[in-house]
Amino acid sequence: MIEAARRAVEATLAAGASDAEAYASEDSEREVRAHGGEVESLTAATKRGVGVRAWIGQRVGYAYGTDLSDAGIASLAERAAGSARIADEDPYAAPPELPVRLSSAIGGKSAPEALPSLALTDDSLGEWGVDRVAELALAVERAALAADERVSGVEQAVYADSAERVAIVSSRGIAGEYEATSCYAYAQALAEGEGGRETGLGFGLGRGPAALDPEAIGREAAERAAAMIGAGKPTSRSCPVLLDPTVASSFVSLLGNALAASAVQRGRSPLAGRLGEEVAGEAFVLHDDGLEPEGFGSAPFDGEGVPHRRTALVEGGALRTYLYDTYTARRGEAASTGNAGRGGYRTLPSVSASNLVVAPGALSTEQLLAEAGDGVFIDDVAGLHSGVNPVTGAFSVGASGRAIRGGELAEPLREFTIASDLVSMLRAVSAAGAEPRWVPFGGSVSAPPLLIAAMTVAGS
Amino acid sequence: MSELIDREVAERVLGRALAHGGELAEVFAERSAGLTLAIDEQRIEAVQSGAGEGAGVRVVEGGTTYFAHVDGLDPADLERAAGEAAAALRAGRAEPRPLEARATTPFPIEQPPAEVPAERKAALLRELDRRGRGAGPEIAQFMASYAEIRRQVTVANSEGLFSGDDRTRVRIGAQAVARRGERVETGAETLGGHRGFELFDDDPGAIAAAAGRKALTLLDAGPAPAGSMPVVVGGGFGGVLFHEMTGHGLEADHVQKRASVYVDKLGEPVAQPLLTAYDDGRMPGEWGSDAIDDEGTPTQKTMVIEDGRLTAYLYDRLTARRDGAASTGNGRRESFRHLPVPRMTNTYIAPGEPTPEEIIAEVERGFYAVSFAGGQVDPATGDFVFGVSEGYLIEGGKVTRPCRGATLIGNCLEALAAIDAVGNDFEMKTGMCGKAGQKVPVGTGQGHVRIARMTVGGTEV
Repeated sequence: MIEAARRAVEATLAAGASDAEAYASEDSEREVRAHGGEVESLTAATKRGVGVRAWIGQRVGYAYGTDLSDAGIASLAERAAGSARIADEDPYAAPPELPVRLSSAIGGKSAPEALPSLALTDDSLGEWGVDRVAELALAVERAALAADERVSGVEQAVYADSAERVAIVSSRGIAGEYEATSCYAYAQALAEGEGGRETGLGFGLGRGPAALDPEAIGREAAERAAAMIGAGKPTSRSCPVLLDPTVASSFVSLLGNALAASAVQRGRSPLAGRLGEEVAGEAFVLHDDGLEPEGFGSAPFDGEGVPHRRTALVEGGALRTYLYDTYTARRGEAASTGNAGRGGYRTLPSVSASNLVVAPGALSTEQLLAEAGDGVFIDDVAGLHSGVNPVTGAFSVGASGRAIRGGELAEPLREFTIASDLVSMLRAVSAAGAEPRWVPFGGSVSAPPLLIAAMTVAGS
Repeated sequence: MSELIDREVAERVLGRALAHGGELAEVFAERSAGLTLAIDEQRIEAVQSGAGEGAGVRVVEGGTTYFAHVDGLDPADLERAAGEAAAALRAGRAEPRPLEARATTPFPIEQPPAEVPAERKAALLRELDRRGRGAGPEIAQFMASYAEIRRQVTVANSEGLFSGDDRTRVRIGAQAVARRGERVETGAETLGGHRGFELFDDDPGAIAAAAGRKALTLLDAGPAPAGSMPVVVGGGFGGVLFHEMTGHGLEADHVQKRASVYVDKLGEPVAQPLLTAYDDGRMPGEWGSDAIDDEGTPTQKTMVIEDGRLTAYLYDRLTARRDGAASTGNGRRESFRHLPVPRMTNTYIAPGEPTPEEIIAEVERGFYAVSFAGGQVDPATGDFVFGVSEGYLIEGGKVTRPCRGATLIGNCLEALAAIDAVGNDFEMKTGMCGKAGQKVPVGTGQGHVRIARMTVGGTEV
């Protein structure tokens, strides 16, 4: 891959670019979907491609393609340079520079202390054949069906994995490559009772299939679905709200978008102009950590070759820094925090969190419930993408969960909404739980349950 | 039209795919080329040119689908993919039928966007910027995007089908941000079609002006009401509500897994007699239209609700076979990297009699949802939620003040049955619909629709 990236950089310079950067990736993927005790589909795929960023002075363009032959690369290079000629000049546009202390390490010579070595692969992924991972998906489904007699079926039990190799090369001397494996499994269980049908999601993730527990994944789906049977609406009011880790993670990933310097600099973040200000309760401590081995967002370097690191974002209730890539760092007179994200070779790098990690607190879930007293426990939200104003952080989303009465979980609740804004919600965080969980929805986040002192709940 | 793979190659690939058995084998080849650009802070940026080709091969045996896909259309790669798909099968060799080319007529494209000079695309975005910022002095920011994509596809299967399509789509989007002191509001609008650059002949700048107007209107918005009340949903974009709350539940895969509230409801009344609805993949130039679906079945117009009665589900090839029905031409896939599943094309509620004004005049106190930021539905339970991007309060039969931050929440069966008026102001809009990890272009449409009672989630308790 690194060889294809090198050829792409050379071809783009030859096509008239003053600088070029190529991101190449190769990926083998498998996916098994099980339903009704049978394998419904089995997918094997190989993907490869290169994306090239071309600079012509201060104009930037991008092109990607899947044809890695010399002719294919030449056409890609022409298109990248052509894209740059359409763009307007941007005073902050410039290719990423290699930090001096790292140049030799990424260049492949020495200084092993400079780039952290990360365990991003798991041998079980290559060792488990198709039959064995298919059996894992089937085991997830069986576990969901066996966990609770009210479970009437499983909509789908899915196992998927990926083994990826990524390379980045630039005309400014950046050259790096890494491998990573990842897999996940999930099931959506259906439970029936009291004249209604409910669904529940269970999931697990890891670097290889050996890390997944099909029993636990199936059981979680079953328990979530069965717990919702007979759900009613809460009365509309303002009350303490406890977010489970999956819901807390969803909000934290929104916060990640608001922390992106690109959103801040363009005045599209509720956190713009708030550096150093109090934006959260003391109990809420947040880091971006691109080196956390368990996080799916981990890699030695980011989407433009800048080394990953651990960055304190919210500490002591105060906003410590935004997330920067090379462009926003130049514009904001800051240094890149290694947060140029990539959705693959088909997208331009853009500022995004690597792994967002919320520090766990001291309280067990039981203690958090006791602390809440009377309120609402939320274990699912819907419409997070449509119900949030990214500029102001105001949101109103659909939610479901359980009532909290006398410090304990009570009847199930559904079809209600919670409304607030991101900063008000963060300031109202009064406690973080002791048991965090990795959640892969909308980014890679590790979060414990979060107790919000007060929030508007709209039901009946 | 010219095929992406030769007949002999396709036959060889299908033969290889059936080497270890299978009831159906299919190869889907695709070549795509696209360009996107944006304007932000009055600068043309994010210019991206993409090109790719590849193929997906599937083999179906019993209830199992074996699927493999590769980047590239080299015959050797295709045969390798066929081998991978067949690798897990354990039955005896099956023989594909000889391929028979079926002529299809792709939708006509007057001005292929790839032939339009890049400067005109940049000029279009500058025009949008001018119109969006011109909506008023409180417009603080404006962004717009342009996207063109051409997808050529060839499908061949072991039943002898050999067909293709050539699809060109263009779309522009505008987003305005209005600011007054601490108040910040946004407004968005899009325009797209299965069309060439001629789509922008009329007045593409109108969407920018509309986005600006929306953002400015919201500056005066008060808190949204919370509670149960009549809801009037606007025409055009409002159709996304029907798409989400009913359309998905009619997709046959959900129905066959009994994960739809419309299971066993064929022929039953699901709405009041004033409601008739269609899925139509043949609407000329519409965003969700194609000449054939991604399994080679010609698209069609399917009546899904007739006078309040449920009349059809939406099928792809496999779900149709399971039900002993015919595919309705709804087997769609995001690309060769995905398996086809039943998907909507252009879904709409047929226009009714009353004008929007008449529909609103009958509401004493209610909510008027003009457009949505998006929505989500659980087809199994029918529970849905929608974020309202532009909404107003209705008082005494009149639209009074704008509201922000409202959410509509409810259950499909109840909400559909509660529609008690459909307006005569029919309009289609564009959307990208996500399902099973795949995004496909869909059209949604309707006139104004009134729902007698629905939960509005706002902040004003």
